[in-house]
This record gives sequence, C-alpha cells and structure tokens, in this order.
Amino acid sequence: MAVKRLVDAIRDALDEEMARDERVIVLGEDVGVKGGVFLATRGLLERYGEQRVIDTPLSESGIVGVAIGAALNGLRPVAEIQFADFIHPAMDQIINEAARIRYRSNGAWGCPLVVRAPYGAGVRGGPYHSQSVEAFFAHVPGLKVVIPSNPKDAKGLLKAAIRDEDPVVFLEPKRGYRLLVGEVPDDPDFVEPIGPARVVREGSDVSLFAYGLMVHWSLEAARQVEAEGISVEVVDVRTLAPLDRATLVESVKKTGRALIVYEDNLTMGFGAEIAATLAEQALFYLDAPVRRLAMPDVPATPFAAVLEDALLIGPDRIASAIRQVARA
Amino acid sequence: MDGTPNIPAARPGVGMLASDDELALLQPPVLLRMYETMALARALDERIWIAQRQGKVPFVVTCQGQEACQVGAAFALRPGVDVVLPYYRDMALVLALGMTPREIMLNAFSRAEDPNSAGRQMPGHYSLPRLRIITGSSPVGTQVPHAAGVALASRLRGEEAVAFCSFGEGATSTGDFHEGVNFAAVFKLPVIFFCQNNRYAISVPQRRQMAVESVAQRAAGYGIEGVSVDGQNPLAVYRAVARAVEKARSGGGPTLIEARTYRFLPHTSDDDDRLYRSREEVERVRQRDPIPLFRRRLVEAGLLTEDEDRAIQARIAQVVEEAATYAEQAPLPDPSTVARHVFAEAEP
Repeated sequence: MAVKRLVDAIRDALDEEMARDERVIVLGEDVGVKGGVFLATRGLLERYGEQRVIDTPLSESGIVGVAIGAALNGLRPVAEIQFADFIHPAMDQIINEAARIRYRSNGAWGCPLVVRAPYGAGVRGGPYHSQSVEAFFAHVPGLKVVIPSNPKDAKGLLKAAIRDEDPVVFLEPKRGYRLLVGEVPDDPDFVEPIGPARVVREGSDVSLFAYGLMVHWSLEAARQVEAEGISVEVVDVRTLAPLDRATLVESVKKTGRALIVYEDNLTMGFGAEIAATLAEQALFYLDAPVRRLAMPDVPATPFAAVLEDALLIGPDRIASAIRQVARA
Repeated sequence: MDGTPNIPAARPGVGMLASDDELALLQPPVLLRMYETMALARALDERIWIAQRQGKVPFVVTCQGQEACQVGAAFALRPGVDVVLPYYRDMALVLALGMTPREIMLNAFSRAEDPNSAGRQMPGHYSLPRLRIITGSSPVGTQVPHAAGVALASRLRGEEAVAFCSFGEGATSTGDFHEGVNFAAVFKLPVIFFCQNNRYAISVPQRRQMAVESVAQRAAGYGIEGVSVDGQNPLAVYRAVARAVEKARSGGGPTLIEARTYRFLPHTSDDDDRLYRSREEVERVRQRDPIPLFRRRLVEAGLLTEDEDRAIQARIAQVVEEAATYAEQAPLPDPSTVARHVFAEAEP
C-alpha cells in the first residue's frame, strides 16, 4: 500500500496495464510529450514509446474512431478526451459505433475500448471545462460507465476497464485529481470489478447515493449531521452502467429515506434513474419522498468565481438536503 | 481503345474498354473469374429486387452499376489478410472477397444464419470476421477513422495487412472522413481510401458535395496521393488499387482512390430516383454498362467464347436460385435472442 493522489492512481493503472499487456495503447491530445494536460499519462511515452503512446491530431471523433478500429484489430486502446466537455464530437463514434458493434454483429465483433475523460466543475473551468456528461452515456446499452471517487477505486476500476471486453466510458472527477488522496494497493493484480456499488459509510436514517467527487463531499456532510443525531449511509454508485440496483434498494429498505447527489444538472440526470429504481422496487419501504440534489438546469457552469460558487454542490448544501430528507 | 464510338460516354473517361496493357495485368483465368464475379453480383442483386417486389424481403440496397469498381478493387486485395471496411453498397466487393452467394442471400432475407448480423442490421451492412470484413453502420463516413485505427494496429502488431476502406463521394463531406484520412496521412498508415463516386448521395449531386472536380483532388489537402480512375473498367481499378496496396505495404502511406462510377437504380428500394435525375441520363449511362463492356472486350481478345459465356450464365442462374431458395427456407432469427450480445457473454 502506498498513499496516492487520484491522478497518480490513474497513471499507475495505465502504467501497470501497459507493462502487463502489449496490446494496450494510449492515444489522445497532448498525452505523449506533455503527459496529458493533467499529467495523467506522464512518463508513459518514455517508457513505452511513440508507437504505444500517441499524440494525435486535434480531433475527438477521430481519436475515438481510430481507437475503435484498433480495438477491432486486436489492440486494447485507451483513448483520452482532454475534457469531457470536448467529447460531443465523438458521441457518434461512441454511441453509434463502439456501443453497437457487438450487438449489430450478433456477437461476431467486440470493441474492447476505454474512453477516459476528466469531468465535473469546481476548477474555475467555465462553460467548457466543467461539464458532467455521464447521463448521456449511461442511457446507451452496450456502454459501461464508470466513475471512481477515490484513488484506490480509480486504479482498480481503470485496470478492470482496460481488461474488459466491451467499451467503457471512464469519467474522472478532475477536481479530485489532486484533492482526493488515499491508500492504493501496489499489487499489479489488484482490480476492482466493474458493476458493484459500495456502501462507503453505514448509517440508519438516510441513504445517500453519490458518485465521483460528490462521494467525498457527501462523507463530509454525513460527518457534519452525525453530531445532530442523523445517521447517514453513503453509497458510492461507482458503476452507473450497468447499475447495481440491488445494493441501492437494499440500503433504502434499511433506512427508508433516500437522497441522491450529483453535480450534473437536475433534469434527466443520472439521479432520475436511481429515483425511478427506488419508486419501482422500494416504494413501500420509503418513509419520505426521494430527494435529488443536483446543479440547477442552466446550460453551463459560468467562469466567474461568484457565479460558479452559486451553483456548486458542497458539504453544506448536502448537509441541509440531508436534514430536510431526515425530517420530511 | 473504345469499340463503341456511336454511344457517347456519360462522362469523359468513364466506361472505357480495358486496354491491351490492362488485359495483360492478370492471367486469363483470373480475368474470367473477375467477369463471372461481376455478372454474379448483378444477378444476385436482381434476384433480391424480385424477392423485394414479392414482399419476401423488405429492403434492398443495390450495387448495380458499381460491380466493375468493386470487383476490380477486391482482386487487388488478399482476402482474409487485408482488412476491409465496406459501405452498404459493397455487395460485389464482399462477393469477390469470398462471401458466398448463400451468405449474401441470408443477409438479404435477414435470416438467423446470416453471418453478417443475423437479421440485426438492414441488409447490405456486411461483416464477416473470416474475411476480415469489419462491421459498419448506416451513418456515412464513420468507417474512415476505423480504417486508420485498423492500420495502426496492424503496424504495431507487425502484420503485413493493409486496411481497405470503401465509401461514396457523399461520405467525403463528413468530418469523420477528414479526421480519418488526416490521421492516416500524418502517421503514414497502410490504408487505401476507396471512394466510389457514383455522382449522387441519394438525390444530392456531386456539385453540392464539393467544389472540386474530383474527389481525388481532396488528397492534396492531406499530403497524400490522389488517383482518379474509370470505375466502369475493372482493370483500371484493379491496377490503381494494386499500386496503392503495394505502396502501403512498403511503407509509403495511404492513397485516396476515386473510382468514377454510377448507380443504375434508386439509392434503395425506398427511393424514387425519378425525383432527381432524368431517365435519359440513366439510360445513357446504362449504354456503358460495365458488365457487357467487359464481356465484349474479353470476347474480342479471344479470352472468352460465346459458349463459355453461356456456360457462365447458366452457372450463375443456378447458383443464384440455389442461394435464394436456401435463404428463403432458412429459419428466422429467434425472438428470444433479441437481448443477447449487448455485452460479451461468459464462455459456456
């Protein structure tokens, strides 16, 4: 075990998988010489060479399209989209191609591909370096969508994604790259399976569902309200697709109350799917309406600090939402 | 040389007879196989339209008119070695690579045994791992970056394969075309970009797709070689593709080849081409149908007798009927399988 920042855990996962399997390549904008704008691929070019660590032209659809072709011809590409906000030109390739290749060929072809992208607000990134895009992809059958909330999961889940036979959209909470620090196993065989959610804090009064950076703030909020006598169970969703509905439902059966926290804007966000799941599978265990805490429905995160702060979800906002749900 | 001076070509340099030089490119038995493959593709296509008119097949994408360029190109590739990324009009291409008439008919009838997709895709979306024919979609141009990725992987893995990527002239307007060709050019990847310029993207004519005269001119913008050939002469296409393949294999990077051709029929069975092109135009081009042109050239060169041609036609008729009968009687896909293959299935 070593203490690592989330961004270092990402890099370690890439490094270990490239060392383990020569089919693994990394491609994207600035991933080579510079080592990525967040330095998540730093050192890989020196270690694995420019055949396997590829600085590409500035073309998101091309990056993913090339990665798909490479995956269809025996490689295990990890494509980096520099910011999730720039992923939209590649959506046709991700949704119409990567996600549908296995199904449309009746299982004859597979597309083992990872698309990594930093996502989320709170870094003064303005409208185009702050977006949350998980709901777009979680809607698409054939894609796996994974979001780690801590360095250990970041490493273990990314390694599992690279070994997966199917396309994985791997979204990294960029505000957490250097903020989130924790112990990470050194064992190169350590992986975290894609799929299961995890109860990261047990509690009895309210179930709080979150992923990515929101898990971190939710744990802080849970500590705040503990002093007031509210016991919060925090569930880290981790894999949005395919969703571990059983773990979510089990938690609500125990607490009878549910709060869903996500930093995407509210409407049609991923929290809606969790709320619908609870309505379908846990209605008679609920003692209060399910509550979603998300960013307001505005088209983008503004740049000016006071404007961004007016939107951001942090421990205080989560704590007040917990109190409301607990007392409803 | 051109033995039909009374019929004006619909476009300059399109529908010419193969030259003596071109005929000398391949051994006579290979030339006959090329001719028979073109004629077989035509007969299969015609038979699928009949099934569509009978209500047995809901939808057809035709290759009629484009057999020469598709077959000519396929003969320059090594089936099962080179990786092929077709578009939805490439029936003659995949037939020439080795997809069987039965497999093509199973695809047309959307049967469970169809190896292309077992009824999941619309007909014409070819895919066959055995021949390294990669599955494609309906949005045009998306296979262009795939081809660059395929070639990247081949090079990294030390394979000799080239990637052959086929599309229409409409696809060259897309962003994916630009991103894929540019990527292949920058990394000097072994790719043949093969544009079948049939002059219409459904109804929209070439002049509304591009301000250049020829798709091949686009190559200059990527720093690669662009070649434009008579797509109705299979040997002109064969020669251009063979050169590009040789160049790609020896590290010379990608080539953009434009085969100037024409689609004889509507875009699909759901299209009515009378809305956007005159019957006179279609008739004029049909006078230079590449299949009778090639037959005449082979006969004139003493490589094909009328008796041999009759034997070929009889063989084709039998193969097509057998394939159609087999496909029509083959089982439909099992509805209980509709949710399978979303993700990889565990080994049993």
